[in-house]
Amino acid sequence: MFQNFGEMIVLLWRVLRLAPQTWRQRGKVMEQLFEIGNASLLMACILSIFIGGVIALQIGPVLVERGMQSYLGGIVGLSMCKELAPVMMAVLIAGRIGSAMAAEIGSMKVYQEIDALQTMNINPNSYLVLPRLTAISVALPLLVIFSILIGWIGGALVCVYNQHIGISFQAFFSDLSQTVKIKHLLNGLFKGYVFAVIIGVVSCHQGLKTMGGPRGIGRSVTKAVVNSIVLILILDYFLTRLLQYFD
Amino acid sequence: MSATHPTQRGVRVDIQGLRKSYGGQEVLHGIDLTVQPGEIFALMGPSGSGKSVLLKHVIGLEKPDAGEVSIEGEPIRSQAVRDRYRMAMVFQSGALLNSLTVAENVGLYLVEHRLKPPAEIVRIVREKLDLVGLNGVEAKYPNELSGGMKKRVSIARALVIDPQLILYDEPTSELDPLIAVTIAEEIVKLKRRIGVTSLVVTHDRDLAFGIADRIAIIQDGTILFAGAPADVKRNPDPLIQRFLNAEFKIHIES
Ligand SMILES: Nc1ncnc2c1ncn2[C@@H]1O[C@H](COP(=O)(O)OP(=O)(O)OP(=O)(O)O)[C@@H](O)[C@H]1O
Ligand SMILES: [Mg+2]
Repeated sequence: MFQNFGEMIVLLWRVLRLAPQTWRQRGKVMEQLFEIGNASLLMACILSIFIGGVIALQIGPVLVERGMQSYLGGIVGLSMCKELAPVMMAVLIAGRIGSAMAAEIGSMKVYQEIDALQTMNINPNSYLVLPRLTAISVALPLLVIFSILIGWIGGALVCVYNQHIGISFQAFFSDLSQTVKIKHLLNGLFKGYVFAVIIGVVSCHQGLKTMGGPRGIGRSVTKAVVNSIVLILILDYFLTRLLQYFD
Repeated sequence: MSATHPTQRGVRVDIQGLRKSYGGQEVLHGIDLTVQPGEIFALMGPSGSGKSVLLKHVIGLEKPDAGEVSIEGEPIRSQAVRDRYRMAMVFQSGALLNSLTVAENVGLYLVEHRLKPPAEIVRIVREKLDLVGLNGVEAKYPNELSGGMKKRVSIARALVIDPQLILYDEPTSELDPLIAVTIAEEIVKLKRRIGVTSLVVTHDRDLAFGIADRIAIIQDGTILFAGAPADVKRNPDPLIQRFLNAEFKIHIES
């Protein structure tokens, strides 16, 4: 499964070297951004409110039992920031956007559209990969922020209205604002950015190496999503470890 | 001895000892061919003989296992050479970008390389589409077109590049005889006007013998013969004769 590591690093390197052309491709970047937003905002909202809610639901009664309910806001706030929002949003985007990228580029490969681009001396990396990678690495961090905020609201709602918890909005958010610092938000943003690069590179790489007919496209899509998610979850551990040095 | 005005004339293509295998099976067994500047060179041969694969090597889409393709004596595998000479290919399947409209497809080269202002691009796109007998399809998407229309859009897209070398993979298959004649005329006109070098892969004997300066016959990845149309016709090789003279002779027994 990881035999493609080298190829993906080469792809990333090539696209990074094309970075100066990003402004020229801004039209396509905007197009991609719009698509990402369109495909994921509602889903992100629903996911986040439930994730925030379920964390509060799991931790709340345990803390209440021990008389530590004043820590609830901080715990929900931090776990959304540092862990849940970046990972869940990355999984969502891998499923919705990574799959679409692999399918689109894969079918262009299979139907010789990429060959046609090359005969016109248009570099597929700058025409196809660069705008997608740029868009996803802008969109996912923004989506993480959005998810954090919605997750907090979800957590707060459960804390206030669940009969086993029952703390006030004020209590929840005052602890949250005392505990969560800017650096924790940046932590989430950073993870989101790294995950975005992973999804973009894995999906575009799978798309570009698609072989065969429609079945090949299907295989690429599956691989793009599965490999992205596995890589994200593994890397999440090491990123967390790394970020602890800055805490 | 590179041309003083590379923009003004066709280029010479040299194919030397070209070999290519896919999955252990050799498809091209050492092809040697030279196409002169401004020549219309037709490549004929049975299905599966390696014609499309050969074209892909000529334009640098595939890397040969052995041998080399050079343009004006310079190897096509170098990016600098691909930047220097304008080359275009009409794919057998058309290979239009499905997410773009016809006009965007035809104008893509000019837009991406920022060669012309937008208004000028619109004009050029219309002109090239007119040339291949298409109008009023600018806003359509490729999946709304017939096979022959896609082929013609693909030809228009190649013409926009104003190429010095143009490769046609079956330009007239899927076209009705009238349009086929128009396309053949266009290939000849292009040669007269800008001296473009044309390499035409075709099964269409009328097209090959009607417009080609030279014809090569390829069979199973080997060139059987290359020469002037008259010499090809006179060639005694039974394979060539059978290929050139195949007719529908269907006997219905009563
Ligand atoms: N990418 C590829 N992978 C494996 N085999 C290939 C590939 N491309 C072509 N071939 C094989 O090479 C041979 C020649 O194919 P090619 O497409 O050049 O034929 P052709 O002469 O263009 O035929 P047609 O007139 O039907 O278009 C075929 O046997 C084909 O199976
Ligand atoms: Mg072919």
